[in-house]
Amino acid sequence: MLSIKNLHAEIEGQQILKGINLEVKAGEVHAIMGPNGSGKSTLASVLAGREEYEVTEGEVTFLGKDILDLAPEDRAHEGLFLAFQYPVEIPGVSSNNFLRTALNQTREYKGLEPLDAVNFLKLMKEKMALVEIDQKLINRSLNEGFSGGEKKRNEIFQMAVLEPKLSILDETDSGLDIDALRIVANGVNKLKSPDNATILVTHYQRLLDHIVPDFVHVLYNGQIVKSGDKSLALELEDKGYDWIKEEVDATIS
Amino acid sequence: MSSDNQILEDFTSSEYKYGFETLIENDSAPKGINEDIVRFISAKKEEPEWMLEWRLKAYRHWITLEEPEWANVHHPKIDFQDIIYYSAPKKKPELASLDEVDPDLLETFKKLGISLEEQKRLSGVAVDAVIDSVSVKTTFTKTLGKLGIIFCSFSEAVREHPELIKKYLGSVVPMTDNYYAALNSAVFSDGSFCYIPKGVRCPMELSTYFRINASGTGQFERTLIVAEDESYVSYLEGCTAPSRDENQLHAAVVEIYAEAKAEVKYSTVQNWYPGDKNGVGGVYNFVTKRGLCKGDYSKISWTQVETGSAITWKYPSCILKGDYSVGEFYSVAVTNNYQQADTGTKMIHLGKNTKSTIISKGISAGKSQNSYRGLVKIHKRAGNARNFSQCDSLLMGDTCGAHTFPYIEIDNSTAKVEHEATTSKIGEDQIFYCNQRGIDTENAIALIVNGYAKEVLNKLPMEFAVEAQKLLALTLEGSVG
Repeated sequence: MLSIKNLHAEIEGQQILKGINLEVKAGEVHAIMGPNGSGKSTLASVLAGREEYEVTEGEVTFLGKDILDLAPEDRAHEGLFLAFQYPVEIPGVSSNNFLRTALNQTREYKGLEPLDAVNFLKLMKEKMALVEIDQKLINRSLNEGFSGGEKKRNEIFQMAVLEPKLSILDETDSGLDIDALRIVANGVNKLKSPDNATILVTHYQRLLDHIVPDFVHVLYNGQIVKSGDKSLALELEDKGYDWIKEEVDATIS
Repeated sequence: MSSDNQILEDFTSSEYKYGFETLIENDSAPKGINEDIVRFISAKKEEPEWMLEWRLKAYRHWITLEEPEWANVHHPKIDFQDIIYYSAPKKKPELASLDEVDPDLLETFKKLGISLEEQKRLSGVAVDAVIDSVSVKTTFTKTLGKLGIIFCSFSEAVREHPELIKKYLGSVVPMTDNYYAALNSAVFSDGSFCYIPKGVRCPMELSTYFRINASGTGQFERTLIVAEDESYVSYLEGCTAPSRDENQLHAAVVEIYAEAKAEVKYSTVQNWYPGDKNGVGGVYNFVTKRGLCKGDYSKISWTQVETGSAITWKYPSCILKGDYSVGEFYSVAVTNNYQQADTGTKMIHLGKNTKSTIISKGISAGKSQNSYRGLVKIHKRAGNARNFSQCDSLLMGDTCGAHTFPYIEIDNSTAKVEHEATTSKIGEDQIFYCNQRGIDTENAIALIVNGYAKEVLNKLPMEFAVEAQKLLALTLEGSVG
């Protein structure tokens, strides 16, 4: 589904990603872990097409298409979804209005008729039940005055409505208490299918207690330095990142 | 970062979409202004002697005045002798139905999406179509007539209801009020008159579409709305104007007179030609709008969506004379490219327990300058007066400007006055967030801007709100992607 080859990217002249290689297949859950500043969020941003980052080398294909030349909205139309670490507030715009615009632009891209109001509301109701989100939250201005947990739940709700092929969750667990974490994780698990894939970008292991990954990758200094199964995450939880740093630094010297 | 600025720049440099000209024969006055021109206009309109005298008095006062320069706008000095003060579509015999209206003219309205027939048939909006200074057709007059409501062109009102015009003309905005009001009083070409008798609730939205249509033509509209005790009316004014190279002057006067327990809602969507993206051409819009809450418990509400004009100078105001009277001002002003807007309101509290609300939303893009200027004055007799003001500015890019000039004068210690102001920027973060959900930048900006202006747009009558939303998006639309 997603194939990243030798990806290099920089921001304002500073190299952050230094040759990332990653293969993600349909039905898989990948966790990308790593210490602060290792390039985790940069990877998520580059995949989503954030303009500040410049890709200097490498390629990314998504469902057989080279996506690096696609505009961010077209990447979204192709089925790539990013749950933001810090979801943005848009005053005066309801989730309803926002999602309807998003959904219908995606349908237009695919040559489908826009969803009418009745069917759209039906879809919203269905997805609200699925991810256990309150109607009141949906009626309010998008993310405005939402608590950290509400924002993250709203991200998962948007994911449910837009039904992406690949979801990248950027530090979705940060700032969540244990109950909110469980609800968010339940939502993600429910949305999992053999046809879609998930990349979890996270600093801590605790999210992985709720969403069990098939693969765990450790990102350090702009490269994936170690990959393994879920036991790697537990090892990291236990021992921290230092032993990996030492291992890598030793190899370099 | 620079590429984001590029997006904003592309986005904000769109062309004016309503730039076309209808070929209708004109019957114009020569350029310039003097007493003869004033007489010419009055004669053209077959006005009675008292009306001519009123105009001449205004003219004689105007020539003693200096052009005001306090507004935060900059433009070359206007040559008032280089303007045509009267231009009317060629006289046609009395029209019995819309079918007899000049087809070119109807076509013009259709291009703007303003089909009189559609409006008549579908929305029940009575439209007094004003094109180049003369009312072409007043619709629904009969339906309204049954209720005793008068809704007609100003010229007709001068002929048919001289007693009302004599009583109310200049009663809210005196001819001596300011430079442009005096000029308007001398040379006003036409406009609308609306009278709602005691206890009558006007059953439909009254509407007038203005449009400048002849090269070098000044447009001097005059609107007078009188609402008697316990009456209600909602009045809509909307306009678009065709592309033009030279600057055009528009100096309208709107007067609203509300008696006890009367309520008047006045909504405007203004889309005069703003000039091209290099700041060439465009309409100068110097308007005096004022409402008098004469009676106790009366209420006047101004809602405006200002997207057009090269220069806007406009302060719809309320004089809250009656006890418990209420004044409201809801405004969205968008400026793009080289547009300049200095707009706001004045709330003058004279009566006891009077209340006013000001919600102003400025949006600046391109190299434009957008100023809010507002006065809240609490007179010493106005016990327990209350005001709430909120002035927000939204900036797109970093070459535009937003300014707020609030003036508050309080002479009564029981007054409660609140003022809130915010300035924000459309964030690249917000746009990227929308992009990531599949919304392109153009739609993202439309969404964000409409969300920002929602509080004001919600105050507009439904069909107008939809039009205004489209207009906001259109004004800020560009060649993205």
